[in-house]
Amino acid sequence: MAQERTKTAQRGPAGDGRGAAAHPLPDPETCRELLETMALIRRFEEEAGRQYQQAKAGGFLHLGIGEEATIVGTTSVMRSDDYLIGTYRTHGHAIARGTDPRNVMAELFGREDGCSRGRGGSMHIFDGERRFMGGYGIVGGNLPIAAGLALACDYQGSDAVTVCMFGDGASNTGNFGETMNLAALWKLPLVFLVENNLYGMGTAIERHSAVTDLSRKAEGLGVPGVRVDGMDVLAVRETVAEHLRIARSDRQPTLVEAFTYRYRGHSAADPEVYRTKEEVEEWRKKDPVKVFRDRLLAEQVITEAYLEELRERLERQVMDAVEFADRSPEPPLESLYDHLYVVGDQVPGWYAVDERTPEPHRGEEEREVGATGEARKLAEAGAAYAGQRSTRGRPPVDDDQIRKADAQTPGGVVGDRDASDALEDADADQG
Amino acid sequence: MIRMREALRDALAEEMRRDESVFVMGEDVGVFQGAFKVTEGLLDEFGEGRVRDTPISENTIVGAGVGAAMAGLRPVVELMTVNFSLLAMDQIVNHMAAIPYMFNGQVRVPIVIRMPGGGGHQLGPTHSHSLEALFLHVPGLLVAAPSTPADGKGLLKAAIRDDNPVIFIEHETLYGSRGEVSDGDADGVVNFGEAAVRREGDDVTIVGILRMADVAQRAAKTLANEHQVEAEVIDPRTLRPLDLDTILRSVRKTNRCVVVEEGWPHGGVGANIAALVSEQAFDHLDAPPQRVTGADVPMPYAKRLEQAAIPHPEHVVSAALATLEGAR
Repeated sequence: MAQERTKTAQRGPAGDGRGAAAHPLPDPETCRELLETMALIRRFEEEAGRQYQQAKAGGFLHLGIGEEATIVGTTSVMRSDDYLIGTYRTHGHAIARGTDPRNVMAELFGREDGCSRGRGGSMHIFDGERRFMGGYGIVGGNLPIAAGLALACDYQGSDAVTVCMFGDGASNTGNFGETMNLAALWKLPLVFLVENNLYGMGTAIERHSAVTDLSRKAEGLGVPGVRVDGMDVLAVRETVAEHLRIARSDRQPTLVEAFTYRYRGHSAADPEVYRTKEEVEEWRKKDPVKVFRDRLLAEQVITEAYLEELRERLERQVMDAVEFADRSPEPPLESLYDHLYVVGDQVPGWYAVDERTPEPHRGEEEREVGATGEARKLAEAGAAYAGQRSTRGRPPVDDDQIRKADAQTPGGVVGDRDASDALEDADADQG
Repeated sequence: MIRMREALRDALAEEMRRDESVFVMGEDVGVFQGAFKVTEGLLDEFGEGRVRDTPISENTIVGAGVGAAMAGLRPVVELMTVNFSLLAMDQIVNHMAAIPYMFNGQVRVPIVIRMPGGGGHQLGPTHSHSLEALFLHVPGLLVAAPSTPADGKGLLKAAIRDDNPVIFIEHETLYGSRGEVSDGDADGVVNFGEAAVRREGDDVTIVGILRMADVAQRAAKTLANEHQVEAEVIDPRTLRPLDLDTILRSVRKTNRCVVVEEGWPHGGVGANIAALVSEQAFDHLDAPPQRVTGADVPMPYAKRLEQAAIPHPEHVVSAALATLEGAR
């Protein structure tokens, strides 16, 4: 593996300096697909951030803006029967796997048509049909599960590969060491892909990891690694394709460390005191969507007219997703206990201490409460209480307020949707 | 008559023969044949692919089981003791129990996590605890706690066939206990959520789990022989789902309830059953429900102290008589 490493190893966050021009372009159709998927994710994430500001989505919101090339470069070389498993920053991963952005947006909104029907939210996107096996809210929690998915493929005699994506911060968890060892020991068909965006939340990598060359961090546990420029979709494609092959054919788990950058904060609630504006600006020059767009224009794979059409198409698609999510009803209270248990042959007894289990097993003689009785009233009261406040305990913000705030923020252009377009030079960062 | 460990092994072997997607993994389950010899002979019959020795990595073993279950297999994971399961709590609570719900039933997690616990072998404060209540607390999990070889085999088979994640708690001191177990496949299955009435009686209901089911029965004999009290002894066998109906039916008859467990008192199995009985059958109770629990300390090593920390029939007799005070 040492040889393999030197072949594709790229030192440092700046990559190998070859930039997006170093790799030959694939066929024009593939080029357009890569650009369109990256731009769709960019536009989706910008809109998600905007909707979050309007309190349409609750909880935490982690946006992948800036990390599109790592996501799309990876998924574009995966087979449909390969498994993908990720973190709490995976709206884009699901979309890249083919999940309808409408269902992702509806999940952010906590609605009935969300891909997890409002059970998971932004951090727990899932699409079993497309073998996107989930976003996970526990840092490092998805690594052991990835090993299990790969084990199952091995066990079942399939040559499907599992790609496990996680951040630089997860490399410090016990699961990292345990899972690397197990994967190497059992020769599991796995590609570990570190989305190294240089920060574990707000702690810079040199302040959270003794070994900052993450491609080497699993070597001693039997999993060799390489580095790749995660801002270059073609570099990611080439590297991940090779490592998928190693997993599929050689049954050797490997690690790919992709250098990438999130232009937004860790979550929407992030004052970003841990990094400088200059650093962010420096990384903006490597914007994965724009650099690739410029190259396609320069090499005449696409035209300005195509870009114009694409902009409009993505705009329509994302705004349609918002409208869809907005129209989708909130999950009914009766569904509160759905899928807590698979109710099969064994139904007697109390599965959950509640009235909505298949056969109510409360002490019937003592208390006459049921799904339509007291408990139902209490559930409604609870839901009504939540409804009186914004989802994050602060008053909802209207469009005007956002525009005013944006006017005071250089480069902040949320109210101006055209300028926030992923394909324009100024993206919609709120500073 | 076979021993508990043999009954459990038979359940594993029969289910593995029946269904190729069932496999076993854990620390020393293969070459070593299991720390408590429950998996004896399985490696020879099923090979390394289906009887997998793992590194000492509890969270990853359980997590790998969760992933394998999500992809269509039926893993049976052995953790060497209940205490070691605490290293896997993230995978058990945040993932195994939550995944079916948080992904809205798009995926199932049919996995069984077996683990022995309980005191009596002087294994001290890191190998002897009874943490049933920790797992009982978690929605999404099923919890089985067999006390006889027949239940061990029947419940384990049911657990493997069930589509929900199951925590299967065994008792270290019961592995050598003998009992009648029926042969064959489907016959021996014991459904979850069906309590066993070990002894019938009209005066007081005693609910006991794991080894405490036996302690409860011995107490019942003493109550009958020395105090003319006829106790009804109930072994719930599974804590989730809980066959509360059988317990309530008994309490409505006896009007008294004692719960016996080896675990700690605060927030324990007994606390839970006592609360449910109080909520559901308050008008039938002639005395407050009594709990007999393990002592509220980490399990000590010294034999004298360890035995002092574990409930004995005398404690149960005393608690039962307390519920009858003034009644006779």
